This record gives sequence, structure tokens and C-alpha cells, in this order.
Amino acid sequence: MLRLEGVGKRFGGLPALDDVAFTAPPGELTALIGPNGAGKSTLINCITGVLPASAGSIRFDGRELCGLPPHAVARLGIARTFQNLRLFPRLSVLDNVLTGLTAEAGRSMLMAMLRLPYLRHRERQLRLRALEALDRFGLAGKADWPAAALAYGDRKRVELARACVGRPRLILLDEPVAGLNEAETALIGQELRRLRAAGHTLLLVEHDMELVMSIADQVVVLDSGRCIARGTPDEVRKNPLVLEAYLGRTSVTA
Amino acid sequence: MTRRERLCYFLALHRTGLTVAALSLALLVYPLVERNPYTLGVTNLIALHVIVVLGLNLFIGYAGQISLGHAAFFALGAYGTAVATVTGQLPAWVAMAGVAALVALLALVLGLAALRLSGHYLAMATLGFNIVVHTVLLQWDAVTGGPSGFSGIPPLAVGAFAFDSEWRFHFLVWGFVLLALLLCLNLVRSGVGRGLAALAGDETAAAALGVDIRRAKVQVFVLSAVLASLAGSLFAHCYGYVSPDSFDIFASADLVIMVVVGGMGSIWGSLFGAALITVLPEWLEIFATYKDFVHGGVLVLVLMFLPQGLVTGLVDLVRVRLALRRRGDVAA
Repeated sequence: MLRLEGVGKRFGGLPALDDVAFTAPPGELTALIGPNGAGKSTLINCITGVLPASAGSIRFDGRELCGLPPHAVARLGIARTFQNLRLFPRLSVLDNVLTGLTAEAGRSMLMAMLRLPYLRHRERQLRLRALEALDRFGLAGKADWPAAALAYGDRKRVELARACVGRPRLILLDEPVAGLNEAETALIGQELRRLRAAGHTLLLVEHDMELVMSIADQVVVLDSGRCIARGTPDEVRKNPLVLEAYLGRTSVTA
Repeated sequence: MTRRERLCYFLALHRTGLTVAALSLALLVYPLVERNPYTLGVTNLIALHVIVVLGLNLFIGYAGQISLGHAAFFALGAYGTAVATVTGQLPAWVAMAGVAALVALLALVLGLAALRLSGHYLAMATLGFNIVVHTVLLQWDAVTGGPSGFSGIPPLAVGAFAFDSEWRFHFLVWGFVLLALLLCLNLVRSGVGRGLAALAGDETAAAALGVDIRRAKVQVFVLSAVLASLAGSLFAHCYGYVSPDSFDIFASADLVIMVVVGGMGSIWGSLFGAALITVLPEWLEIFATYKDFVHGGVLVLVLMFLPQGLVTGLVDLVRVRLALRRRGDVAA
């Protein structure tokens, strides 16, 4: 589904990503792990078009993503969440989720201004779908709250709801459980499993190893912008290169 | 459902339509009660401002950009129809539509170039545009009449019925306001409108949701320019006389103040902001004398304490308070 080949990204002369290659198979959860500064978020930004990749190719269903602007990538059915939440604080929770359906709501400003019956009808359907998504994440009671009034854990869930309400084919999750407590993490873990069971393809960037090892089908390890290991959670756990990257050379030799 | 519940549901579902209907009714009755041409003149001026401010609020409040040059579009609309009807001998309605189309084209070209900028740079670029237009109006005597202005513009008319008094003009201009209001309300309640609101909140996130940022900004810019141009044309035909003084950079600043007072991203707030800032100098002489000071003071105070604008800021404050209280109740 998503295939990366030789992806590189340089900031000035500094390589942030170097020859990264892996495939995220459809219907599976691929986890992307690595120490801080390994280039995980840079990679997500390259895939979504926020940053242009300097080298290599990123293909989604055979379509080249490199060079596409972010909104075009989103319209191909790739949704994402952000590492540091990017909700719209002034909009209501429901409207925040509805922004996740932008691609389906029609693009013509003129039609929007005329609000013809077909658009009214579609608007009502989208609303129902957004409410349904909120319900799935246990937020239906707070649909009309401004997002600014939500607690941190709820905001994370709203962002997740916004990312999956449009039934995207690929969801990129940038640290969905960062800063959450154990109970909340378990809840998000359940949601991710459910999304996977529903047939979504997921790419998860996460530091929480317990979560990653329990739900990932495939783990890709990045270190200093290079892909150093790839395999099932068990394989990766035993890989000496991974241990070295995480624990440092000195502690391994010591 | 009891009858009461059904009524509440009906009201909630059609609240926008009902409010617009109530406003239309009030505007229909108002000139029957109020026959003083001076007062009607003031409300007509409010209406002209509302049309510009609606568009500008979409651009500032929804798309999250800044323009200090919308008085220039207003000026182009006014001078455009003036020149086309008097010098060019075109019918007024044709002139109005033609000028609006030309302004749209100009805004498109200008927007494609200027909207690569943001923040202070965009403010400076639009300000510069306004100064250019203002200077041209002042200096190009042969066409615009220079500093002494352009007079003898005929009123708009439908058949033999000319909108030549304050009373008659009331219906025309507020008709335009209601039309613009409806279009704007429809826009912000659509997917495109939510995309714009997202754009104002966070460009990166909006793009990740599929909003074409550049296109959306330019579109809203063009839309607001067209509204300003139409208001300008109405202005010219209403007063029969235009002079460059009405369209300097202070006029642009006043328009922005109306948006800020009304509230960023609030369509109904635009009505309030335009009304308040138009009426203030009429109400109290001290405001008329020290207009620029008062407007500057209002702007600074609002931006310091309610950066989202007066109405929107207060509404947001109440909404967050209420939600937080409910959250406290849930936790307890």
C-alpha cells in the first residue's frame, strides 16, 4: 500500500533521513520507532507533503506522493494526527471532527454559498457521521463544547476521531499516546486495534514500547535517519542493532 | 416529544433562517416608523459598511489573513461606476456588474502575488496597494476629477422607479446586505467554510485535512474584493458624489476596526461592528472630533483583552466557561 524507496531528506547539508526504505502492507499496523531525533516525524512530514523529500520515492497504491502538496496527499485518502495536538480550539468538538470530512464536503465556494438542497442533504449526512465517530470515541456528550475546554486526553481522542472520520485508507499517527496515563493509553490502544480490525492501514510513530510491541504487525526502527531494522516485534526486540541504538554503544560493551 | 420540545427543536434547527427572517422583517418595518432622512442616511451608511465588512471578516476572521487595503476595492467600485455611467454613458446596473468583474480580476492577480506573504508583510503589501489607488484617484484629474471629487452620478433605478431618496435607497441597500449576509452564512456553514475556519486556526493542520490553502485564500480575497466593489458602487449611486478622501488608508483601518470590534469569524458580529463604529461619531461630538484616537484606542483595547474581537471574544469566553463548569460537574 505505502512503499518507500531510498527516501532522503537534507536540511541544508545535514541529512535527517538517508535511504529509508520499507513497505506498509494494507490492513496492517506498521510501527515506526527510534530514539529522539531519529527522523520519525520528518519522515511523516515527507509522506504527507509538509516537507519535500530530497531523494527517493514514496508510492501510495502505485501513485508517487513526492512533489504533491499536503492537501492533494490528504485527498488521496491519507489522514494524520500530529505530535503536538493541532485541534482548532475555537471550533466546537463536532466541527473539529467535521473538518476531517473536508475532502467530501465539496470544494466549490460558489455552491457552498448557494447551499442548494443536495448540499444541505450532504451536510446532514456528514454531521451524522461525525457524531457517530464522536460516539465511538466516547465523546458524544461533549459534541458542542469548544475544543479549548477539553482535557488533554479528550483532545487526543478528538484528533483521532478527526483523522478516521473520513474513512481514510492510510492513517499516520504521530505519538497518539504521548502524555497520556496508563488507563488512557490502554483506551487508545483498543481504538487502534479496532481501526486495524476495520481494515484501516496504520502507520504508528510511538515511544511507548509496551503499546508498540503489543499491537504492531511490523516494526521499523530508525536511527539517525537510517532504517536499521525491520521485522515483527519479536524479531526487532532481539536485534542487537536496535539494542545498541536505544541503549548506546557504551552500555552494551560495559 | 412534547409540543414544547418540538418547538425548541424547530427553533434550534432553523435558528439561522429564523434570525435572518426576523431581521428582514425589522428592516421592512423600520422605514415605516422612522422617516427622518438623516437617521435613514446613517443606517444606509451602516448597510454599505456591513457589505464590505462581511467580506473582510471572511478574509480576516475565517481565512486568518490581514488586509489594510479594502478601502481601495471600495474606491474602485465607487469610481468605476461613476466613470462608467457618467463618462461612459453605460446603464448603472451594467456598470456595477462590469466593475465588480474587473475588480475580481484585479483581486485575483493581486491575491496570487500578495497572498504568498503573511502577517506584517501582507499588511504592508495591502496598505501599499491602498496608497497607490488613493494617489491615482488624487492625481489622475482628467478621469477622476482629482482632489475635488467626481459628481453628477445618477441614482440607480428600476424602470422609472429611481432610488433617489434616503427612504427608497434603504430598501435597495439593505436588500443587498441581506443577500450578502445569506451567502456568507451559507458559506460558513458548509464544508468550504469549515475549511476556512481550519485555515485561520492552523494552516498545517488545515492542509493535512485536504484544504487547498493557497486557493482558499485567493478565493476569499476575491470574494471580499467583489463585495467591497459592489458596496462602493452603491455608495457612489447613493450620494451622487465621490471624493478620494473617503478611501484613504484610514478608511481601510476603520474597516478592519469594524471587523475586530464585531469579532473575527463572526458573521453576525460584522453587523454589530459596522453599526457601532459607523454610529459612534454620529452619536457623540467628541467621537467625531477625535475619531482616529477613539478608533485607535478601541482597536488597542480589544486586541489586548479580547484578541478574537469584542463579540466573538465574549461569546468564546462564555462558551468555554460554561463547558468548563459542566466538565467540573461531570468530574464531581
